[in-house]
Amino acid sequence: MLRILRILLWALVVTSLAGVGTYFYLGQQTGKVQPLVTIGGPFKLAATTGETVDSTGLKGEPFAVFFGFTHCPEVCPTTLYEMSSTLGKLGDEAKNLKVFFVTVDPERDTLDFMNSYLTSFDPRIVGLRPSADELAQIAKTYRVFYERVPTSDGGYTMNHTALVYLMDREGRFFGTLDYEEKPEMRLTKLKRLLKEG
Amino acid sequence: MKFVREIIVAVALTVAAFISSVAHAHDYKVGSLVITHPWTPEPPMGAKVAAGFLKITNEGATDDRLVSVTTDIAGNAQVHGMKVENGVMSMFEIEGGLVIPAGQTVELKSKSNHVMFMDLKQRPTKDTRFKATLTFEKAGPVTIEFKVEPMGSSHEHEGM
Repeated sequence: MLRILRILLWALVVTSLAGVGTYFYLGQQTGKVQPLVTIGGPFKLAATTGETVDSTGLKGEPFAVFFGFTHCPEVCPTTLYEMSSTLGKLGDEAKNLKVFFVTVDPERDTLDFMNSYLTSFDPRIVGLRPSADELAQIAKTYRVFYERVPTSDGGYTMNHTALVYLMDREGRFFGTLDYEEKPEMRLTKLKRLLKEG
Repeated sequence: MKFVREIIVAVALTVAAFISSVAHAHDYKVGSLVITHPWTPEPPMGAKVAAGFLKITNEGATDDRLVSVTTDIAGNAQVHGMKVENGVMSMFEIEGGLVIPAGQTVELKSKSNHVMFMDLKQRPTKDTRFKATLTFEKAGPVTIEFKVEPMGSSHEHEGM
């Protein structure tokens, strides 16, 4: 009688442990489900190289992409400058790294104009010029905000997301470079992208 | 011992940075306002806009206002505010002019308020200077020179 009770109690302990184990196991599994927000997606845009860049053709190579415009006094040239100096430091390690600068102002930024503007920076940075519709589409997939702000002289300026998006070799979101970030941090992040992305 | 040496180097670098910043700085005075080190980072090739930075100290007892900026190198110049929030950069015109409160220093600097030179007629190239006229509500107009520094210089000036 006592023996049966002991067996039953042990059975109860085993079942409980199994239950708790399964609970945590499943909990972890659900923690691994798809992220709620996906950043990035395929794009096909006219480039300053004279070609069309098709992101699906980039599979196998990580890349970086950011958004800006040439009538931008500080953030965009600074981002381009910082990216150029980081690429310079990486040297051959990043010789195949593609960096895309997508204009949020296709009205004023023609490919020719962007091309000349980008001669001030590292040649690995390629300008992309979407049409208005293509811009809306890529901004949506990258969760990029942009808006036109009129100025009192009758012109306009653009507000926009100033992050640099790092994408892995499968074209999936890997991380961002922040405008306020220290140069060493940018270098570390790009090295990680090249190694693990 | 290594620590002491590092401290000495750090102090020496700070002193050197200070001396070089003083050596590079150029000042102007108009009324009770002192304008320090107006400069511009060299814009990229073909750029139609550039940013101007400077420091304005009001040594007087009444507030003043920077109401306009004009220069031959740009079709138009405005004082703009700028901020980066949640990764989004936004700019806005400062309506009614930039207030320079009595007894205070207002800094137009990287990632903040700046002069926005628009419709550039010529590209400011590094190691050159260009003239501009600032007009203040009370102190009146003053002609100053913006020093063009290499691209990427902005960070050297942080905290100065």
